[in-house]
Amino acid sequence: MGLLDEVELLRKIPIFSKIEPSKLKLLAFTSERLTYAEGDVLFEQGDAGDAAYIIIGGKADVVVDTPGGPLIVATLDENEIVGEIAILCDVPRTATVKAKTEVTTLRITKDLFFSLVVEFPQIAVEIMRELAHRLEVTTARLREAVGKPQ
Amino acid sequence: MEKSIFKYILKYSAAQQIYLLCVILAFYPFLFISLDLPKIIINRAIKPNADGDVFEAPIFGYEIEFDVSQLTFLLILSFFYLALVFITGGFKYYINVFKGRMGERLLRRLRYQLYTRILRFPLPHFKKVSQGELIPMITAEVEPLGGFIGIAFADPLFFGGQLMLILGYIFLQDWRLGLAAAALIPVQGFIIPKLQKKVNALGKQRVQNVRRLSDHLSESVSGIGEIHAHDTSNLELSRFSSRLGGIYLIRYEIYRRKFFVKFLNNFIDKLTPFFFFSIGGFLVIEGHLTVGALVAVLNAYKDLASPWKELLAWYQQKEDVRIKYEQVVEQFEPQGMLEENLQHDEPTASSPITGELSVSNVSVADEDGVRSIDTVSFTTPSTAHVAIVGSSGSGKDDLAQVVARLLAPTSGRVLFGGQDIANMPEAVTGRDIAYVGSNAYLQSFSVGDNLVYGLKHRPLVDRKYNAADTAAATLEKAEAAETGNSPYDYNADWVDYAAAGVSDGEALIGRVNTLLGMVELSDDVYQLGLRGTINPKKRGDIEERIMSARHALRDRLSEPEIAPLIEPFDQTRFNTNASVAENILFGLPVGDSFDLEKLAEHPYIRQVLDKVGLTEDFLAIGQNVAQTMVELFADLPPGHEFFEQFSFIDAEDLPDYQTLLGRAARGADGLTEEDRLRLISLPFKLNPARHRLDLIDERMMERILEAREAFAADLPEALSDKVAFFDVDAYNPTASLQDNILFGKLAYGQAQSAAKVREVIADVIDNLDLRDTVISVGLDFPAGTGGARLSQAQRQKLAIARAVIKEPALLILNEAAVSLDQSVQAVILDNILNERHGRGVIWVLNRIDDAQKFDEIIVMKDGRVVENGSYDNLSAQDGEFKALLGSV
Repeated sequence: MGLLDEVELLRKIPIFSKIEPSKLKLLAFTSERLTYAEGDVLFEQGDAGDAAYIIIGGKADVVVDTPGGPLIVATLDENEIVGEIAILCDVPRTATVKAKTEVTTLRITKDLFFSLVVEFPQIAVEIMRELAHRLEVTTARLREAVGKPQ
Repeated sequence: MEKSIFKYILKYSAAQQIYLLCVILAFYPFLFISLDLPKIIINRAIKPNADGDVFEAPIFGYEIEFDVSQLTFLLILSFFYLALVFITGGFKYYINVFKGRMGERLLRRLRYQLYTRILRFPLPHFKKVSQGELIPMITAEVEPLGGFIGIAFADPLFFGGQLMLILGYIFLQDWRLGLAAAALIPVQGFIIPKLQKKVNALGKQRVQNVRRLSDHLSESVSGIGEIHAHDTSNLELSRFSSRLGGIYLIRYEIYRRKFFVKFLNNFIDKLTPFFFFSIGGFLVIEGHLTVGALVAVLNAYKDLASPWKELLAWYQQKEDVRIKYEQVVEQFEPQGMLEENLQHDEPTASSPITGELSVSNVSVADEDGVRSIDTVSFTTPSTAHVAIVGSSGSGKDDLAQVVARLLAPTSGRVLFGGQDIANMPEAVTGRDIAYVGSNAYLQSFSVGDNLVYGLKHRPLVDRKYNAADTAAATLEKAEAAETGNSPYDYNADWVDYAAAGVSDGEALIGRVNTLLGMVELSDDVYQLGLRGTINPKKRGDIEERIMSARHALRDRLSEPEIAPLIEPFDQTRFNTNASVAENILFGLPVGDSFDLEKLAEHPYIRQVLDKVGLTEDFLAIGQNVAQTMVELFADLPPGHEFFEQFSFIDAEDLPDYQTLLGRAARGADGLTEEDRLRLISLPFKLNPARHRLDLIDERMMERILEAREAFAADLPEALSDKVAFFDVDAYNPTASLQDNILFGKLAYGQAQSAAKVREVIADVIDNLDLRDTVISVGLDFPAGTGGARLSQAQRQKLAIARAVIKEPALLILNEAAVSLDQSVQAVILDNILNERHGRGVIWVLNRIDDAQKFDEIIVMKDGRVVENGSYDNLSAQDGEFKALLGSV
């Protein structure tokens, strides 16, 4: 798979969807493509966040440590981005991500991510939009949960 | 040391100086004849001879008759003249070489003595003098001394003699003119030194200022991090600038005065002919003197100028050198230097570091009388394990240094078995006591040589020289003896195996491995070994063993977990994880002929491309790469980090490539040779797996393989040693151990591939039992200046191992593990105490918890010992120790 295929993939991801292809090409060129064998860990809960990952092939489990042992809270699929929260707000990883099958990712380092945001404000706008959207969803769910009778 | 340079010169070279003076005296008659002979040739051999056929020539005052024809006589005298030219030239050559050698020998002696003195300086003195001051003193400042030593006595005699000769000649012509010629010499002799004195004082100031300048320089180099961290470059620049200004002013003043002296000299020189013309002219007019005599005197006076100038130059140089010598010497006589005999003496058979260690009323005070240790006394068996604890500033640091005799107490004594440590030679304190401070310093040797540094006290096994080197070695030994230098051969084997408790080098390696384990350094050295190359002198069978590891790894490449991680080198396959340049070379460049970054510029490479018909293809690919780079990076501001990290093209070159692409679009004819080179160089940097630009397809790979083949097949003889080709069956001495085992490229895009491969390699190495081999290569890793190529923790661990390997009677560790991780500290402490069972350890602890493991604890506060005793006793009572324990 070459650079152009990766650009196509990136366009399918919501926060990148409205960004010019030439910028996406730069993003693809400057980020590292990494393949993880089944069972390999992308990052560990509690680690410092140094990169975000875009899954471009395979599936990965999001695992959270609970008092009752590790719990799979979600499974990531192709075209999903993971780990962006930790690099945006400098908090430790909130979950462990583990390759469920062989997983191919684009690894966008924190420095790279911020350079892109600084260089190309459209990306920042798109991320804001995406985050606002997520917040909206979460708030709606919260309202729903609070509104529910006990 | 001798206070004056003349005393110093006489002390060490009196006989040689006298010999030189004799040679000069012997030279005079020949010089005189060679000056006189032309006159004889002209007057007696060339002029028609009235006395018939008998020719006479005055040789050494005797008239010798020659019964030959005029022509033969002329030839005889001419050849005699030629012989004299040889003789006088030979004399001059001999005298000059002798002077030079004498000067250089004395300079060698002086430098050696100064260095010896540095090694005897009391340690606190180094807080006052900086290396920036010491270095120029021994290197640059004493340099002119060498030149002067040779001429110290010879020149006054040589030129003084000439001066006297000529003056005498003038007196012979007419005593009044003689008086006139000599009249101003006393004036010059009186005024000039007076003026010179001021120049000298300025010269002294200048020397001090330059020293401060170099001090500042060395300070800036050592503290460069601080300068950046605090943005004080302007401050430092201004400091430097003001120093330069100071030097400039002094220099300017020196010039003004120095050239005024010169002006005065010249003036006086010209004043004398004024006397000649007026007085001499008057005498001629009056008929007391012939015109011929006046002309002769004027001529003679001209000859007077040169020796007189030389004498003055000698005098100025003498003054200059005298100051330099005095200034240097006074810096090398600090108070409290180690006695010379203590530096050299060999110890008596049995070690005096036994029995009871008794510290008795020891105080250490600085210049202001502030006491860091205040009348400390305690006794303990020298074989006990003793912990010294206390807060920082409690004096525990100084106490450790006093016991190691690194610091001399202001009052009080340290005794071992009743013997005062102050009177023991360094051969005892430096061998039977080992001291490790908290800031380890390594020498710029290899790791292994650093480890045995403390075992090298005297050469023990002479080096076997081959026939060719023996003469040089013997000569060097004789020269060293002649100049009072070290009698020891640096190339001999200095390692004291017995001191390390082993019998030979082989056993020492085993011991070293044990020690590396003890200080948790084995893994570090193993990693250094993997990264290192084999020292060609010790190659042995290491290569073979590494090759067996390579083959073992290759056998495992088919395993599914390993296969994706490594792309092995294969002569017949394109390696997609290597750049095109690496693929063509298929080897490592030796030297910079085939620098991978500039491969396209190499004419032979271009020749290869032409030959396999790749030039135009590369041009097209290059155009494609440039296009992509322009597209990707054109919007980024120049200086953006992406250029550095990712771009094939520098930010400042990008616009050039833009116009270049424009030209290329109009057809290949628009491209200059330089344009073509720029484009052709781009594909060389392509790494298909990493860059994923899809510009190198299967077909292109095939053709690049053809280029690889052509490159190796036609490689000219002259370039054949510039590449170390990859060969699956041959060790590549240019590559690191790891790369030799790997014999391939790590695959891009595999998560944690480096770590996984490291594991696989470790596995292979352990299976083949090669870990010690790798460690032995790691021991050859150069530690760098001050150990800078190792981490702080590695340096510290190495320093501890270096102390333990000496098997000292007493091991003193002064917060030696403080820079290590807590868990590592604990492991090392346990290992060392275990190793030193039954032998003395004094450990200044930074972690009070560790005190439990010691036989005895000394608690210090404000420079005093406030408590001592066993852990159980001290922790039971309400005292300082308990307070310290509680505060953790």
